This record gives sequence, structure tokens and C-alpha cells, in this order.
Amino acid sequence: MIAELIAGLARFVAGASVFWVDHPPDERQRVYFANHTSHLDFVVLWSALPPAVRRWTRPVAARDYWERGAVRRFLAKSVFRAVLVDRLNAPGASVSADAERVAAARRTIEILVSEMGDRHSLIVFPEGTRGTGEEVGPFKSGLYHLCRARRDLEAMPVYLDNMNRILPKGESLPVPMLSRVLFGRPLRILEAESKEQFLQRARAAVCELGGSEDRKVPGPDSP
Amino acid sequence: MSAFGDRDLVRLIGGVAALLVVATLVGAVLRRRAGSPAARDTVENLNARIRAWWIMVAVFTAAIWTGVWGATLLFALMSFLALREFVTLAPTRREDHRTLFWSFFLITPLQYGLIAARWYGLFAIMIPVYAFVFVAVSNVLSGRTERFLERTATIHWGLMVCVYCVSYAPALLLLEIRGYGKSNTKLLIFLVLVVELSDVLQYIFGKLFGRRPIAPAVSPNKTWEGFAGGILSATAVGTGLWWATPFSPGQAAGMSLAITLAGFAGGLILSAIKRDRGVKDYGTLLPGHGGMLDRIDSLCFAAPIFFHLTRFFFG
Repeated sequence: MIAELIAGLARFVAGASVFWVDHPPDERQRVYFANHTSHLDFVVLWSALPPAVRRWTRPVAARDYWERGAVRRFLAKSVFRAVLVDRLNAPGASVSADAERVAAARRTIEILVSEMGDRHSLIVFPEGTRGTGEEVGPFKSGLYHLCRARRDLEAMPVYLDNMNRILPKGESLPVPMLSRVLFGRPLRILEAESKEQFLQRARAAVCELGGSEDRKVPGPDSP
Repeated sequence: MSAFGDRDLVRLIGGVAALLVVATLVGAVLRRRAGSPAARDTVENLNARIRAWWIMVAVFTAAIWTGVWGATLLFALMSFLALREFVTLAPTRREDHRTLFWSFFLITPLQYGLIAARWYGLFAIMIPVYAFVFVAVSNVLSGRTERFLERTATIHWGLMVCVYCVSYAPALLLLEIRGYGKSNTKLLIFLVLVVELSDVLQYIFGKLFGRRPIAPAVSPNKTWEGFAGGILSATAVGTGLWWATPFSPGQAAGMSLAITLAGFAGGLILSAIKRDRGVKDYGTLLPGHGGMLDRIDSLCFAAPIFFHLTRFFFG
């Protein structure tokens, strides 16, 4: 109930038109990865999914942000059922040595894989932090390690357009402009593909959606 | 306080419904006849437009049924949607964020609140005076001077076109007209009907006879043939509706001509903005029509002119 309400509100504020560029939405388990410019990104992406898909899709979010305050904790836990992870560069993070960082990153991937089970999809923002919207930043390696741990799943690129103007970094009140959510062609790690190659290809897939004129397949939620 | 005890009003709405029935039938016949893929596309778009018209007429009728409040709320929502399309397309910048927030959530509701409160004196000057100053001050307080004039003027324009001008349509309900009693709902229908009919008739005449474009760089679909046919026939219909207005037939003709010419100008002006930004439509809200602003572009410019002409000569 609350989830439906929030999804509806997010769709209204962000005036999102939804496009499935490659194929129509389905309930297959997968990893959705998108560009990140606004606190609204996850909610808008999530609300753009059909309800049946949304029910099984969980965001990966930073623990230090979502555990601050009762409202956020409630939303993260009960409404979005977020998978909360520790950010290595979070304020007050104690991890410093390289070996420790690697171990912490490995633990995070293990948590993600176990929280996914054989049913849940994940939403991740591989840039790791919000950008200004002028260009998509370099991808962190978590997406690669996750996809390698679950080679059976495909990763679907998503481009969120105009979110940086609706609720930019540093603002707390949204301006209700129109936005677009574009779901692209899924990809997998190729044989003999290096980490850098895969991350570059994944980032290029998101960027290409942003510049793409191919908006011919409207999703069920677009007007 | 339903205005629907008024028989003329029922006749107006009934006439519109009859027109839509005819349009729907014509659309169905055309669909059968369409041969080439291009013709089929045109007819499909036409039918989408007609379906959207049914919904728009139903919503409009339901809103004015409830009187000033319903009409005010409907046009407030239309302004909100139009403004969001406008600023999405306009080159606003990061520094404008707070000014834009207040434009949506303070200035727009305030403008319509003044209609609901029947405060004409402030309604007429709130945006041109107070919002004008507020927007400039708010933008200058952002502390950034790059493209200051352009940024500020863009927001001024958005508020004037999408909020101030549109709000003159429900403000017709506030006018006190000599010898017209409390029938202003009909005046609002008269305006909307003549404006929208003029758009539709220009489209039809343009499709049937259009050859010489008026301003090909701005809008390739606007032709002299469509312009003349649409303006003249819509004016004729407006003249024929004189019985629902406080005007004589001659006066109704003059008003209709003013409305349709202002509407034509509005369509052309908002097209120029679209062309400059390289898009065809402001949005996708209304299937076949485009966005809200694509539908009400002519109303934006016709409403304030019709209001003030009526107020000046008949108030």
C-alpha cells in the first residue's frame, strides 16, 4: 500500500515516461544498473517497473544514509527492502589498508549475492556517488564482481534522464520537471573480457541510452 | 450551486457531444478507407486525437459543473502541467532551482487561490508585479550571474504564458457583466469552444486544402488555406453561439475573430520555442495532441485578450 503510494508520488513528481528500448519488461531475475545524479533516482527507477517486477526488485543502498533517522530506516527496511551495504569511503569508515578494502568489498558482494537468492533483482548505481548530470562518471568495480558471481544473470543498463534538474545534489526540494527512464539491452560478461573492458562496455551502454533517439517501445506506464 | 439548470448551457454541452459523435463516426469511416501507410498514420493520429477529445470534454464538463472551485482547480492543474513542460524544455540552470520551486509551489497556487477568493484586484497584478520582482530577486540571490537575463526572462515567460495567461480562463467566472446575471460559465465555454474549434478547423482545412505555408521555418503545418478556412469557420460558429453570450451576433463575430486570431498567434509563438529547442511536442500527456502546452497554446493567448475585451466593453 505505502509502496504503491510512494511509487505513484515518485512518478508524479518526476513526470517519468518509461521506455523499454530492447524488449518489454519481464519478471526475470537480473541486475539493473543506472546513472546516478539525484536522491530520487532509485525511487523513480523502481516506480517505473511494473508492480509485479517491482515486488521482486531491491535497491542496493548506502547504510550510513538509510539508517539515519526513523523514517529512512522504515522506508529502506519495510517499503523498499533495500540491501544496505557499507560504503568504503563513508564518513567515519575505519577501513583503510588495501587488503582490508579488498576483503570488505568481497564481503559486500557476498551479501548482495545471498540477499538476491534465486528470485530478487537488484538496482545498483555503479558510479558509487551522485554526479552533476553533465556526464556519467567512471564505474566502480562492484558491478563487475557482482556479475561475475552471478554469471547466469544479465545486467540491464538504465538511463535516468533529467533527474539532476528535478532534485540536484545539494537541494532538498524537487522541481517537478518531466523525466525519462530508458531501459536498454541487457549484457553479460564475455569470455576473456577483463574487468576494465566490461565496466567500460557497461558504462557505454548507459551513455548510449542517454543519447539514443530510439524511443519507440513505450512501456506499460508511459502515457 | 450547479449551473446546469440553465438550458442554454445544456444545449452547448450537448452540441459539443453531438460534434464528437460525428467526429468519431467520420474517424471510423476514414479508418476503413485509408489505403497508403501514410494515410493510415494520419487517420490513426486523428482517431487518437478524437478519443483524447472525449476525455478532455468529460473532464472539463465535470469541472465546471462544480462552479468556480472546480474550474479553478482544473485550470490550476493545467497550468502546473504546462509549466512543467515549459521548464523541462527551457534551458534553465542549476542556479534557478529554488526560483523554479517557488514558481510551482507558491506562485501558481497563489494565482488560482486569488480566483477562488474572487480577489480580482490582486489577481490581475500578482504575477506581472510581485512575481516579476520575486523571480528576479530570487535568481540574483543565487549569487550567479552567468546568463542572468536569459535565466530570469525564461522563468518570467514560463509564469506569464503557462500560469498568468491561462488563469484568465477561469477568471471569466468572476466578471460582472451588465444584464448577463450569473451565466458566466457559458462565457468560459464560449471561449474554450471557439479557441479549440478554431485549432481543429485550421487543422482540417490545412489537411484538405493546405498548400502555401505561412511560416515554414516555424510550423510547416500552418498554411494560409488552413488559416483562412479555420479562422472564418470558427468565427462563424462563434457568431452562431451569440445566444449563449452577452453579445449581439455582430459583437459575437468580433469577439470570435479576436479569439481565433490571438489563438493563432499563440500557436505560432509556442511553436517557435519548440523549433528553437529542436523538438516537435512539449510532452506526451495527450495521445495524438502532444503535451498539455501543445493543446492549450492558443488558449494561453486568447484567454487574457478575451477577458479584457469583455471586461472593457461589457463589464
